[in-house]
Amino acid sequence: MLRWENISHRFGLNDVLEDIDIVLEKGKVISLVGPSGCGKSTLLNIAAGLFDPSQGELVNGFERLAIVFQDHRLLPWRRAVDNIAYGLKARGIAKNERHKIAGKLALRMGLDDDDLSKFPHELSGGMRQRVSLARALAVEPDLLLLDEPFSALDVGLRRDLQDLVVSLIAEHGLSGVFVTHDLSEALRLSDEIVVMAPDPGRIVYRQQIALPVVQRDETYVFQAVGELMQVSAVDAAFRIDEKAA
Amino acid sequence: MIKQYLKDSGAYLWSGWGAASALLLFVALWEYGHQVYGSLILPSPTETMQALKGIYDEGIAVPASITTAKRAMFGFFMAVGFGSILGMAAGLSMTAARAMRPIVTVALGIPPITWVVLALMWFGMGGGSAVFTVVVTTLPITFAGAMMGTRTLDQGLKDMARCYHTPPLMMLWDVYLPHVLSYLFPAWITGLGMAWKIAVMGELLSTTDGIGGEMALTRISMDTAGTLALLLLLLAMLMAVEYLMLEPIQRKLEPWRNKAGQGNFNTPKGI
Repeated sequence: MLRWENISHRFGLNDVLEDIDIVLEKGKVISLVGPSGCGKSTLLNIAAGLFDPSQGELVNGFERLAIVFQDHRLLPWRRAVDNIAYGLKARGIAKNERHKIAGKLALRMGLDDDDLSKFPHELSGGMRQRVSLARALAVEPDLLLLDEPFSALDVGLRRDLQDLVVSLIAEHGLSGVFVTHDLSEALRLSDEIVVMAPDPGRIVYRQQIALPVVQRDETYVFQAVGELMQVSAVDAAFRIDEKAA
Repeated sequence: MIKQYLKDSGAYLWSGWGAASALLLFVALWEYGHQVYGSLILPSPTETMQALKGIYDEGIAVPASITTAKRAMFGFFMAVGFGSILGMAAGLSMTAARAMRPIVTVALGIPPITWVVLALMWFGMGGGSAVFTVVVTTLPITFAGAMMGTRTLDQGLKDMARCYHTPPLMMLWDVYLPHVLSYLFPAWITGLGMAWKIAVMGELLSTTDGIGGEMALTRISMDTAGTLALLLLLLAMLMAVEYLMLEPIQRKLEPWRNKAGQGNFNTPKGI
């Protein structure tokens, strides 16, 4: 279980998060949705242990977490195979062993042997994100944190990778936190949606989704997005963004 | 693999044509200058080569080169070693980096010639003064390069490394060093060029041996051809060290950069 317990956070004089309380049960996927500046990435960074909240507490009952960032964050000077094996090297696993694991994972991600010996700048955006995903799964996490991992990709590619993530979560029995500003992405992937609004970052709406992820088709997602936008709190949260823009 | 190698060496050799024609053009201009100003002001390339053969036959060229090379390289490696390590250490701490900046600026601003004068008063005549001057003038450059490199590592990569619980040695080897190297190499190459120049300057003022010492003699006898011959000797050594040593190291250490199709980071060797 992962719990953000009454968390508030400020950067300097700005209140970034106000009184956030979210619980992620084992085997579930939660989406944090909201316009930019609503503090959803900050929540994820707190979960990743990158910094402590000013108030409140993070309770993390998971054994090992891995994170996929929006901007892949691969080491530009290491080949794809070594980037995938990064977390394994950090855990002191021998080179042969970690390259074997990386090779297997890469295949599952739809990368071929040729791609493995390439440097990140030689790979396309989608390929880089696949490498980044493989790097996260290589350490065999039980909690996967995804920080807008597909927002820089075009629509078709995004769908492919979403499907890939759905099947990977099922295969590995993972729990996940998925940060996105795309409601349809959230509705496609998660068991619970938490909608946030900025200034300060707060929760304005929550919704559980009972329908199993594998049964959600296009029609369902479009309909669900429509219904969600009918909720005035959700609508208002995204309108704030429009005003700011 | 072999095909790639041939392609790479082919491209490298082809780039050599550009360098060769630039050099020949330079020699042609030199010859033209000679015809305008005469042998006393600017001896011709041929005369210079003859002078070079002369000092070689006299048994001066080789020992003088070795002496100067020893001083320049010893000073250079001291400066590179200490400068790089201390610079990286300073770069890891924001406070240290802030504190060191003005000191680096001051150190870089001190004219090397004043160091020679001070070294003469502190250490007296001899090779030690030349080596000391090389170290104190080259060290701030490598220090600044290492510090800048360490400071500019992407915060995103640092966060990533923390998320994956990267142990300190791996942090240095996989995350920091490859990035810092792209700052260190230009600094090293600049430092290398400086090391030779400063070594000769130090020798000229403080010793009677080495290329600088020999140059002091050619100055006394107004032997312009001899001076130019010694200069050629120095340049040949400098280029040998840069292209036979530093460049291959860089290509070996930064394959991701070659593949990116970016040029090398060689900077002009100004003082």
